[in-house]
Amino acid sequence: MTPLAAAPAHVATPGGFLLVLAVMLPVVAVLAMLALGPRQTARIALTTLATGLGVAIAIVVELLRTGAALTYVVGGWQPPLGLALRADGLSVAMLAMTALVVAAIGFFAHAQHGLEPTTRHGRAPTTFWILLMAVWSALNAIFVGEDLFNLYVALELLTFAAVPLVCLDGRAETVAAALRYLMFALLGSLLYLLGTALLYGSFGTLDIGLLSEASAEGPGFSVALALMIAGLLAKAALFPLHLWLPPAHAGAPAAASAVLSALVIKAPFFLILRLILDVAPPQAAAYAGQVLAILGAASILFCSVMALKQARLKLMIAYSTVAQIGYLFIVFPLAAGSETLPPWGTIAWTGGALQLVSHALAKAAMFLAAGVIAEAFGHDRISDLGGFGRALPISAAAFGLAGLSLMGIPPSGGFVAKCLLLTAAVIGGHPWLAATILAGGLLAGGYVFRVVDRALATPAIPLAPRKPIPRRLELAALVLALAAVLLGLVPLQPFGFLQLGRPDSLTVIAP
Amino acid sequence: MTAAWLGPATLFGLCGAALVGIGLFVVITHPGLLRRIVGFNLLGAGIFLVFGAVARRGAGAGFEGDPVPQAMVITGIVVAFSATALAVALLQRLFDLTGRETLEAQPEHLPRSEP
Repeated sequence: MTPLAAAPAHVATPGGFLLVLAVMLPVVAVLAMLALGPRQTARIALTTLATGLGVAIAIVVELLRTGAALTYVVGGWQPPLGLALRADGLSVAMLAMTALVVAAIGFFAHAQHGLEPTTRHGRAPTTFWILLMAVWSALNAIFVGEDLFNLYVALELLTFAAVPLVCLDGRAETVAAALRYLMFALLGSLLYLLGTALLYGSFGTLDIGLLSEASAEGPGFSVALALMIAGLLAKAALFPLHLWLPPAHAGAPAAASAVLSALVIKAPFFLILRLILDVAPPQAAAYAGQVLAILGAASILFCSVMALKQARLKLMIAYSTVAQIGYLFIVFPLAAGSETLPPWGTIAWTGGALQLVSHALAKAAMFLAAGVIAEAFGHDRISDLGGFGRALPISAAAFGLAGLSLMGIPPSGGFVAKCLLLTAAVIGGHPWLAATILAGGLLAGGYVFRVVDRALATPAIPLAPRKPIPRRLELAALVLALAAVLLGLVPLQPFGFLQLGRPDSLTVIAP
Repeated sequence: MTAAWLGPATLFGLCGAALVGIGLFVVITHPGLLRRIVGFNLLGAGIFLVFGAVARRGAGAGFEGDPVPQAMVITGIVVAFSATALAVALLQRLFDLTGRETLEAQPEHLPRSEP
């Protein structure tokens, strides 16, 4: 039993209220949408997207200005009784990435809803906006949460907003996919909750900061962490718990797929990262890291091959998501750190964070481009898309640029990420992981080139869109893909940024 | 077997563990979705009992009893209720559309046309 901490564990910083704003702004938007009705929904959503982007930028500026983590203690009640919100460099990077991707997806969705003026204020667009705002709020709550039970509630909010996104169009197949997703997610969150109960029983606090100071060990602690991580794995769709993901992400409307694939599955991974880096004792973390890396490598290889075999474009992109998530999990043994070097000082950790952000940007771009293709031709069978690059040059370019990042070809964020991971694997003596990274890159090349080859094909009868596609519908995907590429051109910036707010952060370490 | 060993906290903890076991079994083995939803509720009830046992032990603070887990259980019940409502609503919709109440269809199956 640990006594209550005497000194306050968290000291609120002046910019801390920005974190509350980031969580609450989308909630206020949801309430306003419900109060003001469907006609105002799109306007409220666009205003919130702009304001939320502003808040995210303000948080980044505040972090850079102070050089320390932003903290807010809710109601002035210190943990273990109260809740704290805290954003260090990694959290702020996630907040900013989320704001950018959500804004681009919102722009796309607005343009797409505008294509059909009769249903513009109909049920589906209104529901989409409400769910998008709810997802955004839950994601922000997860990225700044510091209390494990508070994080459980945020995870459930995320699930309840994400599951209906899958079945927005209400067809039987998508309802079944949503139910399968909900079954996996509920099992995951209940396992997480059981772990939380055991942790509280042992330590009397669920504050991540206090738990890491307690530096506890013991069988109860290990069981609790194992339950929580296993539960989160079901939500993050790591092999072999990925079965729900492809039908759910491929069946959803394009904008919803982009949210689900780029952002929603990153939240459980982020929590696993927090648990292993901040809470788990080093030995347990090393063991868990080995297991996660094996699953991650299996994910990369198995799901890349599955992606190669898919006939449908969206299904291929969905399998590619599971494969790319695998890269995030092989980070754990590579970023194990040492006596002199904490995990967040290693190049593998920076590589993992870059992979997280660049995959989110690239995958959102791919799903939006696939959405434009489906909108234009009425189907997304890869074999029947010959020559679509001529009809939709911007979407084809966006798809290709996003593909660079998935394959890990320079210049792109994915290249820098995979290069850092590969270097870490070779230096750290993990030849199998290095081989997996290379094989995953080759397989990704295979499935991306299948589509690029179709884009550049010149069929006898040119492919013509069944309806005109406005430029602005295609722009969102291009902007996201360009952002993923640009991430590869500023490789040294994130190093110091990601370490801000970490305990005893080191000077910048370049590869 | 002394009374101290089988105090209320231990009893609640053991009942919680049993409920978690039954719930997990139902969730994993039964194809019927309604049964699985009931299983999730059993599992949740077991976890709440474990929280109750934790509260009775007055875990961290060294008090007689700890009120914080009760607040967590209340929050948890609200969340579990919402989850059940969402799952039942989706299941009702699936039943209306297909007449099925399982997910037996092959997972790779996908809609024919795009939205």
